[in-house]
Amino acid sequence: MNYWPLLGILLVVAGFALRMNPMLVVTAAALATGLLAGLDPVAVVSTFGKAFNDNRIIAIVWIVLPVIGLLERFGLQQRAAAQIRGMRRATAGRLLLFYLGYRQLTAAIGLQATAGHPQTVRPLVAPMALAAAEQQHGELDADTADKVKSFAAATDNVGLFFGEDIFLAIGSIVLIQQTLATYGVQLAPLQLALWAIPSAIGAFLIHGARLLWLDRSLRRASQR
Amino acid sequence: MITLHWLYALAGLMFAGFALLSAFDRSNAKRLGNAAFWGLMALNLLAGDWIGSFGNGLLVLGLAGLSGFGLVGRGDPPTTGEAEREASSARLGNRLFLPALVIPAVALAGTLLCNYTPLGSLGLFEAKRETYGLLALGVLAALALIFAWLRPPALAPLQEGRRLIDSIGWAVVLPQMLAALGALFAAAGVGDLIGGLVQSVIPDGSLFATVLVFGLGMALFTIIMGNAFAAFPVMAAAIGVPLLIRRYGGDPAVVGAVGMLAGFCGTLLTPMAANFNLVPAGLLELKDRYGVIKAQVGTALPLLALNILLIYGVAFR
Repeated sequence: MNYWPLLGILLVVAGFALRMNPMLVVTAAALATGLLAGLDPVAVVSTFGKAFNDNRIIAIVWIVLPVIGLLERFGLQQRAAAQIRGMRRATAGRLLLFYLGYRQLTAAIGLQATAGHPQTVRPLVAPMALAAAEQQHGELDADTADKVKSFAAATDNVGLFFGEDIFLAIGSIVLIQQTLATYGVQLAPLQLALWAIPSAIGAFLIHGARLLWLDRSLRRASQR
Repeated sequence: MITLHWLYALAGLMFAGFALLSAFDRSNAKRLGNAAFWGLMALNLLAGDWIGSFGNGLLVLGLAGLSGFGLVGRGDPPTTGEAEREASSARLGNRLFLPALVIPAVALAGTLLCNYTPLGSLGLFEAKRETYGLLALGVLAALALIFAWLRPPALAPLQEGRRLIDSIGWAVVLPQMLAALGALFAAAGVGDLIGGLVQSVIPDGSLFATVLVFGLGMALFTIIMGNAFAAFPVMAAAIGVPLLIRRYGGDPAVVGAVGMLAGFCGTLLTPMAANFNLVPAGLLELKDRYGVIKAQVGTALPLLALNILLIYGVAFR
């Protein structure tokens, strides 16, 4: 057996460990893997280019940026923050907990594309969480503000990942079904979607607890 | 009918606009690098099907070279300042949320209409791609609303979009690059090699160890590939089907569904999942590129343990 193509994986791991530019790491790993498997250089570049072109659909979501940017120009982030300052009891953690539930539920009914980092986290969720934290604890230093923003982004990811598999017509459910079908194991999408529910509840409890914990650590940081 | 090609053209024209505006942006010392980078993106979206696989391959090498050798910088497009935004936010009030809500509202109402009313049989959108078509429709509706109401300068949408895309930078392209890397791994038979190696490390006859290697393998391979979709076929072929389902008689629905979710825990931990972990760090202008991943470690690890225990506890009743 030719184990040399595995060097490509090693390149990926080493490249990231050394904090090299990911674009170069991925390109080098792809070229090395193809060449070590014995493909000729033109075939390697062509395989790389064809797959890149076949996945252009990934680039479509960026068309929301002009709208989000325009609304920021007119003060959308400031509006979102002002809304939160009007709520006396809002905290960063409780707000993000609410967003986690919202994101899980909407993803579970097939509305994955209605929220996301460019659409909702940057213009709305992150500024709202920051405003809530500042209302409770006063001005935040740069590191603490970054921490709150990181948790806003993390909450979107956790909510999406552990909500969407409850929806029947999603790529991962189809992939599981088709992969197992090639081995003669037939499953209905509903069976798979059902077994996504326990993990979804677990994700809500674990990440939700950490969000409430975030409030505590912000309080402690502000008392210091 | 609105097909994906219309959407590629729309996105391609937008990137072409970013490229042109970048080229004339004297505030950016690397303006030609930016123009070339977004120009190549536009070329791929507009003409990807005509320039052939090798042509696309050279295009990708160009993108990697431009960003990898630091030739892409950040422009400073004209926009409003903090004070103007505060004033405008106070003046416009909560109506400002309306245009932002137009996009999800169009996507939601449209998806429901396509799936549950006769409207769907008209074939306005390419089948299974309705959401993308509706997303584009929502964007155009929101733009029309903003122009009718607030009358921004004609170039403002492209300038503001460029402001945001420059803050994300090369991470915009990485997900597509990773998909391409996955294709090369498949062509080189990397999946089969990994499967063989993984199988050889499992102690014989221990169900728990087998479940553990399956769950950890899903997470680890996802961390390397940046995508649980790439890990699942490999781990299913190596362990899921031959051992967990056939030898130990596990419930395939649990093994499949929870196994995939164990992989999603890996997605939370890896810079390779660029659009979830690196793009938001750029969008939110975090100092630490890995800040989002660090915030996710404390959720991903206990959740991975939970998923592994779930397979062990429920699949073999």
